[in-house]
Amino acid sequence: MSELIQFIFSGLTNGAIYALIALGFTIVYNATEVINFAQGEFVMLGAMFMATFCALGLPIPLAFFLSVGIVALIGIIMERLAIYPARHASHITLIIITIGLSILIKGVAMFAWGKDPLSVPSFLGDTPIHLLGATIVPQKILVLIATLICVLLMELFFRKTMVGKAMRASAVNRLAARLVGIKVEPLVLLAFALSAATSAVAGVVISPITFATYDMGTLLGLKGFSAAVLGGLTSGLGAVVGGFVLGLLEAFAAGFISSAYKDAAAFVILILVLLLKPEGLFGKGATKKL
Amino acid sequence: MKNQYLALTFLAVVILTIGFLNHNDYYFNILNILFLKGLIVIGLSLLMGYAGQVSLGHAAFYGLGAYTSGILTAKFGWGCLPALGVAQLVTFIAALMIGLPALRLKGHYLAMATLGFGVIVYIFFKELISLTGGPSGLVGIPPLEILGKVFMESREYYFLFGGILFLALLGALHLAHSPFGRGLLAIHDSEAATVSLGYDTNRLKLIVFLLSAALAGLAGSLYAHFAMFIAPTSFTFLHSVKLVTMVVIGGVASLWGALLGAAVLTILPEVLTVFEDYDVLVFGAILVLIMIFLPEGLFKGLGKWIGQFRHKIAT
Amino acid sequence: MKKFLLSFILVSFLLVSTSVWAGKPYKIGALFSITGPTSFIGEPERNTLVMLVDEVNKAGGINGHPVELVVYDTEGEETNAVKKVTKLIVQDRVLAIIGPSRTGTTLAVVPFVERYKVPLISCAAGIKIVEPVKPWVFKTAQSDRLAVKKIYEYCQANGIKKVAIITVSNGFGQSGREELKSLAKEYGIEIVADELFGPKDTDMTPQLTRIRSKNPDAVICWGTNPGPAIVAKNMKQLGMKQQLFMSHGVASKKFIELAGDAAEGIILPAGKILVADQLPDDDPQKKLLLDYIARYKARFGKEPSAFGGHAYDAFLLLKAALEKAGADRAKIREALENLRGIVGIHGIFNMSPTDHNGLDEKTAFVLIRIQNGDWQLIK
Repeated sequence: MSELIQFIFSGLTNGAIYALIALGFTIVYNATEVINFAQGEFVMLGAMFMATFCALGLPIPLAFFLSVGIVALIGIIMERLAIYPARHASHITLIIITIGLSILIKGVAMFAWGKDPLSVPSFLGDTPIHLLGATIVPQKILVLIATLICVLLMELFFRKTMVGKAMRASAVNRLAARLVGIKVEPLVLLAFALSAATSAVAGVVISPITFATYDMGTLLGLKGFSAAVLGGLTSGLGAVVGGFVLGLLEAFAAGFISSAYKDAAAFVILILVLLLKPEGLFGKGATKKL
Repeated sequence: MKNQYLALTFLAVVILTIGFLNHNDYYFNILNILFLKGLIVIGLSLLMGYAGQVSLGHAAFYGLGAYTSGILTAKFGWGCLPALGVAQLVTFIAALMIGLPALRLKGHYLAMATLGFGVIVYIFFKELISLTGGPSGLVGIPPLEILGKVFMESREYYFLFGGILFLALLGALHLAHSPFGRGLLAIHDSEAATVSLGYDTNRLKLIVFLLSAALAGLAGSLYAHFAMFIAPTSFTFLHSVKLVTMVVIGGVASLWGALLGAAVLTILPEVLTVFEDYDVLVFGAILVLIMIFLPEGLFKGLGKWIGQFRHKIAT
Repeated sequence: MKKFLLSFILVSFLLVSTSVWAGKPYKIGALFSITGPTSFIGEPERNTLVMLVDEVNKAGGINGHPVELVVYDTEGEETNAVKKVTKLIVQDRVLAIIGPSRTGTTLAVVPFVERYKVPLISCAAGIKIVEPVKPWVFKTAQSDRLAVKKIYEYCQANGIKKVAIITVSNGFGQSGREELKSLAKEYGIEIVADELFGPKDTDMTPQLTRIRSKNPDAVICWGTNPGPAIVAKNMKQLGMKQQLFMSHGVASKKFIELAGDAAEGIILPAGKILVADQLPDDDPQKKLLLDYIARYKARFGKEPSAFGGHAYDAFLLLKAALEKAGADRAKIREALENLRGIVGIHGIFNMSPTDHNGLDEKTAFVLIRIQNGDWQLIK
């Protein structure tokens, strides 16, 4: 029993991270129909800035907001410099641009921070908490809380604010949105900023657990993307659920089946979901069977 | 097709000239790897440009070909040709298992399914240690032997790979200009319209997908014998992405463009050596710039530029 | 991938300025993973080699011949290594090659150096590199088997009978895992759990929970940063009190920094370089070690890692061989094979036609305990 709970804790923590990254994917996808392969690099940048600010001795809350803010700014710059000039190109061209950007960002990070992993202090200390026969460190609880807050804020933003509603409208039908007077370009910019920020949050909160390395983003990005696909790629809620499902599956596979094949287990589920329930767990049901 | 024959003849002449004039094995090896990548992108270009589908798992088909050939020859002492045959069968079955369900659906399901497939195959390469040699790789793969002829020199491989690439390109160009190819191109533009014209679009797409997987598998088998050693790190998701990038950089829907893309992405890193540690940065930047300024790819984009340039001179 | 223009410029500068060189330069090649996921191995190796070549040239070269060094980056990837090795052999016509850094890239270039008959001194640890012996292939890094023997000897002496192993799923982890499993019986040790983790995994508690349920006497973790640091932290969080052993893959201060408190008490085998100042004065390697550390620090501003030492030893061997053989690949190979008693950073090398590594566990590794955030030699 305590083992099962331990696996659930582990799965939820990793799942929360995947959920945040997946959320970033869906925000950009909804705004542009582009899969942003540089998404994982935002996670890395968040962790890296956090490590730097902590090393400079800044208080943790300040370091947190500075890191997230800077990464959001990088998201904006990236959109202006690389995505906006090519906005009329095909989706696949834009996707390749994001691949190039991810190579570029990773390269810059390698020079800026070096190749060794950097350590980040835990926000609330390292004393583990015992719960139902299992143990969990405060940082992991923090990861969960941060994820939930982020998801709630996003949900509020998209449901309750005018800008959020406009973004949802232009995701559903860009032309119609334009017709009712919504300016789409600033919304795309905002989407990049938001998606960079959510991913940066993921990077910041996980950095004390996993350390910060210049090449940590790629695999996390891939996992986050899989979670987004699992959730249907268009639904924010789906992305979050997809993230947690993926995290739990990995933990259960590592705990109960075999740690060697745990990643394979997660991706087998991904393929099965794709083929059996193609719209994803929470997709818009837009799939047409011909 | 007439223009294409002219271009093909030109390609053959270039391949032969380099083959006879060059004496530097380093150049041969770079070109050998380029030819193998060329084989894969020909299939991928047909799939992406003509059938409008993206595969994010072609490195896995490449790897399946390489590992099947490698394991059968290194561990079980098979001949190269029978092993290659089985490797083709394995990639074919794998592609069928993924393609059959995924291609019934409209949209990017093939991309997602092949992504998952690629990751799974990579994990099996790493974990089936008794067969694959695990993460540190499979040693002891013999050099290629066809009907008693053992390929040892880089130049011999060069002519073989060059010949195979030429034939594959010839076949692919014929296919693209046949009614079959026109049907595919129509899918890319409008699938519904194609169906109404009486094409079975699912079958067309599936056939192209199987073909492209088979070409990748063939390239993998050849690579295993050429390098005599394979390791999982050569067949990751990032390599799949790189293959797709080659096609897009060159220009989707153009076989010549895809080859150009493969050439640029294979040779560029060698040239960028002069930038020392900064080569990754330059590589990423070039990729972004090409896509921003030549969104239709190098082949068409450069063609346009040359056209404008001529126009300017004329006026 | 990087050609060291710097060393070229330096060499040509020396050529012009002194113009007393008796002979043509000896051109040697090197392949390291300077970028990519294993750059932490390749970078100190490159630095060390560049430093040594400069020093040799300043001191008058080898037999009056200056040394010219060409370094390429493999990015730790096999296809790349294959391209670069032919470039070194065919284009640059080097006499011998040092590297590559990883076992996988080394195995990838082996067919090519055998085909073109060029001596290769690898800096990677995998035992497959020299077993079976290949005429043209040597290596300086200690085989993982020696590290495993060191740990198991300690276990035997301290009554540890049941161990759990947790290894990273890459070439380094695989090699360690194979040796751990195959040597266990010899030392009367039972492996009760055999878990794996991915090089980029962020949480190992599921695997450790499984290990905990098997109740082993000790846990042995085999990997390179940052994974093992996460294992150490996770073990502490789970309240597991078993003795934790690590591999020489984490033998750098970085590991202590990453694992923090969780590093305390961990025992690992490592090259003597980590505890050079704690070695007894009669240790034949002590002087060389302290000297290397001081020189590296002076030039690069940080302490050298154990990996740099592999390149150091490779150059020592190659230099000794070049002194005997001159500019002839076959003679260099023969000279390498017959080198005896070369005192290097990671041991005393005694090559022979049947042993192309030339190390034994007596000199290659010492056991170290982490205490108060520093290394403590276990005597």
